[in-house]
Amino acid sequence: MSTPATSKTTPQRPLSPFMIGPYYKPQMTSMLSITHRLTGLGLSFGAILLVTWLVCLASGVDCYNTIVPHLTAWYGKVVLVAFTWALLYHFCNGIRHLMWDLGKGLDMPTAEKTGWGVIVVSILVTAGVWALALATK
Amino acid sequence: MSYRSPLGHARGLGSAKQGTHHFWIQRVTAVALIPLTLWFVFSLARLTSADFDVVSWWVAAPSVAVALMLFIGCALYHSLLGVQVVIEDYVGSEGAKIVALLLSKFVHVVAGVAGIFAVLKIALT
Repeated sequence: MSTPATSKTTPQRPLSPFMIGPYYKPQMTSMLSITHRLTGLGLSFGAILLVTWLVCLASGVDCYNTIVPHLTAWYGKVVLVAFTWALLYHFCNGIRHLMWDLGKGLDMPTAEKTGWGVIVVSILVTAGVWALALATK
Repeated sequence: MSYRSPLGHARGLGSAKQGTHHFWIQRVTAVALIPLTLWFVFSLARLTSADFDVVSWWVAAPSVAVALMLFIGCALYHSLLGVQVVIEDYVGSEGAKIVALLLSKFVHVVAGVAGIFAVLKIALT
């Protein structure tokens, strides 16, 4: 009776090592996967910022005019550009995930190609959106 | 040695014909968010230098108000499901996990109600 397994204690099952560490070589595809999670988590905070903005808009012009200078200041713009890219990255990579759910593009060469596509498209569209934003007066 | 039946052990611990519900709703909200996100990003891009009156007028338009509420609802539901998976993956202790899951749920529901109420108030006043 070396290892009594009871239902009270968690059995010592073998665990696969954590993805970050000496066990796995960092690859483009795995980095994109982590970035999908990080951008998703960041966008949850972005959603709270969106709701704050709307509640302030609904509260009246005074509240609105206290938060807008922060959004248009340089640090606010940095945050908004970051949220734009995070949203577009999560959007593009999300479509990549939906294609995988349909069983398409799962082989490594295609997964790497679509991965680079997500990086390039998310950056280009972020630039385009902000070009539109700065051109609209 | 336990006298509980295998069924008794399994009850309350996992799938009861709903195992794919979380997965599926995450995909349904993802698909719904494709057009909503494109609309949202390009609409807001043209509002960055708009003042209070212009933004209020924009939100109050029926098509915009409806799309905004759909976007807020889908995005927060999608976010709730995603954050839940992250918490389940990385929060080790059972107590902290339950606290984090409850907190995430409350924050998401409060944000959703607040966002939708704000849009309705702007649109209906």
